[in-house]
Amino acid sequence: MAKKFSGLQKEALTLYRKCLRSVYEKPVENRQNWFSYIHSEFNKYRKVSRRDFATIEHLLRLGNRRYEMYKNPSIKNVH
Amino acid sequence: MKLLTFTRSLATQAAKLPNIKTFKIYRWNPDTPEIKPTMKSYQLDLNQTGPMVLDALLKIKNEQDPTLTLRRSCREGICGSCAMNIGGRNTLACLCKIDTDSKKDLKIYPLPHMYIVRDLVPDLTHFYKQYKSIKPYLQIDESKLPERENIQSVEDRAKLDGLYECILCACCSTSCPSYWWNQQEYLGPAVLMQAYRWMIDSRDTATNLRKEMLQNSMSLYRCHTIMNCSKTCPKGLNPGGAIAEIKKSMAFD
Repeated sequence: MAKKFSGLQKEALTLYRKCLRSVYEKPVENRQNWFSYIHSEFNKYRKVSRRDFATIEHLLRLGNRRYEMYKNPSIKNVH
Repeated sequence: MKLLTFTRSLATQAAKLPNIKTFKIYRWNPDTPEIKPTMKSYQLDLNQTGPMVLDALLKIKNEQDPTLTLRRSCREGICGSCAMNIGGRNTLACLCKIDTDSKKDLKIYPLPHMYIVRDLVPDLTHFYKQYKSIKPYLQIDESKLPERENIQSVEDRAKLDGLYECILCACCSTSCPSYWWNQQEYLGPAVLMQAYRWMIDSRDTATNLRKEMLQNSMSLYRCHTIMNCSKTCPKGLNPGGAIAEIKKSMAFD
């Protein structure tokens, strides 16, 4: 049986996929930087308990805000 | 004789006992989001501190804990940066006197029901977006554009008194329960008062457009005249009254 995700888990996954997809809008030579940046940012909070709603909600807000910022086509690379 | 009493009073001053007061301040660090917000206590001698809460906060930041984060700029109630919840009341730290009774602790929180950036700094992005949405600038028809100065009569100018002084500190909006529950749709007292300020400006010709924009159940009519806004305003303005005036002028539209 497929694993059921909670609403919050789904939201986090949506953000993750959104971020990875938007990498393909960036120049080819810099994509590896973007992938490693996204992975490192998500990995940073891997240890957050899944019941810690307040923290996860805050991180989701933060992530979405950063996504909106980095989505700007004038931003080409990340370090 | 006079000189003698003067020196005497100085001597008493020097011998004054320290008046230690406890400040409990809301702390939260975004770098460690899994650690929950806490109240941290700081002790200050009131005889060594300025009279206002902002003086105390800056003294704590300078001498005890440089990591304490707050917004401040003018220290005289004209910029609205240091709005926070002091002793259960939204006000500007620079205009709020410290209660000299050292038996009671003073609790300081950021503005209620706002997302927190860090410690006492709330995220006001949405508040500013709402302010932008009411188009807070003069809108004039091309045909009515005056050739020289845009003159306003003394009476028309007097109508703006008590409205233009608003410094957008967000004390009123964040004290309003209606704004707490419907922040996304309800504009809140500060923004509505500015909407009213542009509506009654004699030079502005977009009054009908402005009214139309508020003509829905959320933007304006979530105000249930709770009047926390007028009670808390650190500048002594009356946003509740301004909202009532808007409602009155829109009642028969």
